[in-house]
Amino acid sequence: MDIQIEDRLPFKLVRLSGDVDLHSSPRAREAILNALKLKMPLLVELSAVSYMDSSGVASLVEGYQTARKQGLEFGLVAVAQSAMNVLKLARLDKVFPIYDSLDEII
Amino acid sequence: MQIPELAIDVSHLVTHYGSRKILDDISFQARQGEIMVIMGGSGSGKSTLLRHLLGLHQPTSGSIRLLGKDITQLNADQMYDLRKNMGVAFQGGALFNSMTVGENVELPLREHARLDENTMRIMSRMKLEVVNLAGFENLMPAELSGGMIKRAALARAIVMDPRLLFFDEPSAGLDPVVSAELDELILILRDAMNMTIVVVTHELESAFKIADRITVLDQGRILMSDTVTAVRASDNPRIQSLLNRTPRNEAINPDEYMERLTREIF
Repeated sequence: MDIQIEDRLPFKLVRLSGDVDLHSSPRAREAILNALKLKMPLLVELSAVSYMDSSGVASLVEGYQTARKQGLEFGLVAVAQSAMNVLKLARLDKVFPIYDSLDEII
Repeated sequence: MQIPELAIDVSHLVTHYGSRKILDDISFQARQGEIMVIMGGSGSGKSTLLRHLLGLHQPTSGSIRLLGKDITQLNADQMYDLRKNMGVAFQGGALFNSMTVGENVELPLREHARLDENTMRIMSRMKLEVVNLAGFENLMPAELSGGMIKRAALARAIVMDPRLLFFDEPSAGLDPVVSAELDELILILRDAMNMTIVVVTHELESAFKIADRITVLDQGRILMSDTVTAVRASDNPRIQSLLNRTPRNEAINPDEYMERLTREIF
């Protein structure tokens, strides 16, 4: 898994790519929670995610709830199909703000 | 992640309990994302087959390839690694009575993964949502109904997002509505996660609803391993008697029978 962090004002953007699984998701979680410490609204871009398991989705859930508690905007962008399947299984596709592309929100 | 197309490949499996042959020349395959139902009456060998698929017994001969690996040849460490890709929902649930539902579901994560406490709790609660047990994580197993125990066991079996899911008798002891809900859940899991799912059952209705293919066992042998349509259309009298629930009336071999009764006596 690869993590890239960019400034796309007014947002902080975390791009995840590759496999977000039991081994790599703790790094994704850390990147998301650290980015939220900057008190900026956060987008997580997932178009290059080849596989995401429940631990990756749990990290997104924790990030979203942390953002909500601080009144920060949080969204998922370009969710790859495999990740979307896991989100849908737990009906989280109806919970997260999800955008098809960065253009849609920035 | 590289996944072999054949998730399960059993070839010429022969097993004995003591001197009695339980499984005789069993061969069948299941592809990734396929739901394979193993059917058969009591004593047909289906539970024994399941126990071998889980690597709990060493067969007399033959091979069992799971996700491309022959489990009859793996050492304990290799089998431990492979088991992280396998989930099992046991017939009686096999929940730990001294642990809450949530602790039961989290247990595989604590044993096999290094994750933050919050991540594990969210993961187990997500799976409880999937099986419609949201909010029950603090109950003890003794406080659950039969259907809830099955669903909690299923949540625990899938908490690691396994490639292979084994489900022993999902319908046994449940009312028709609850068992239909479990069937629906099995289909949803396969579609969402592309899991390969092996369901052992003697419930015809359930088998026909969920199976891509059915393997019918009878007295330790495979009568048929084929699509639902082919099994329904089979003119094999034993399969028809299973389908029509007629009692078996098999011929007795007097020599074999006497040998079984008097072995090690005379």
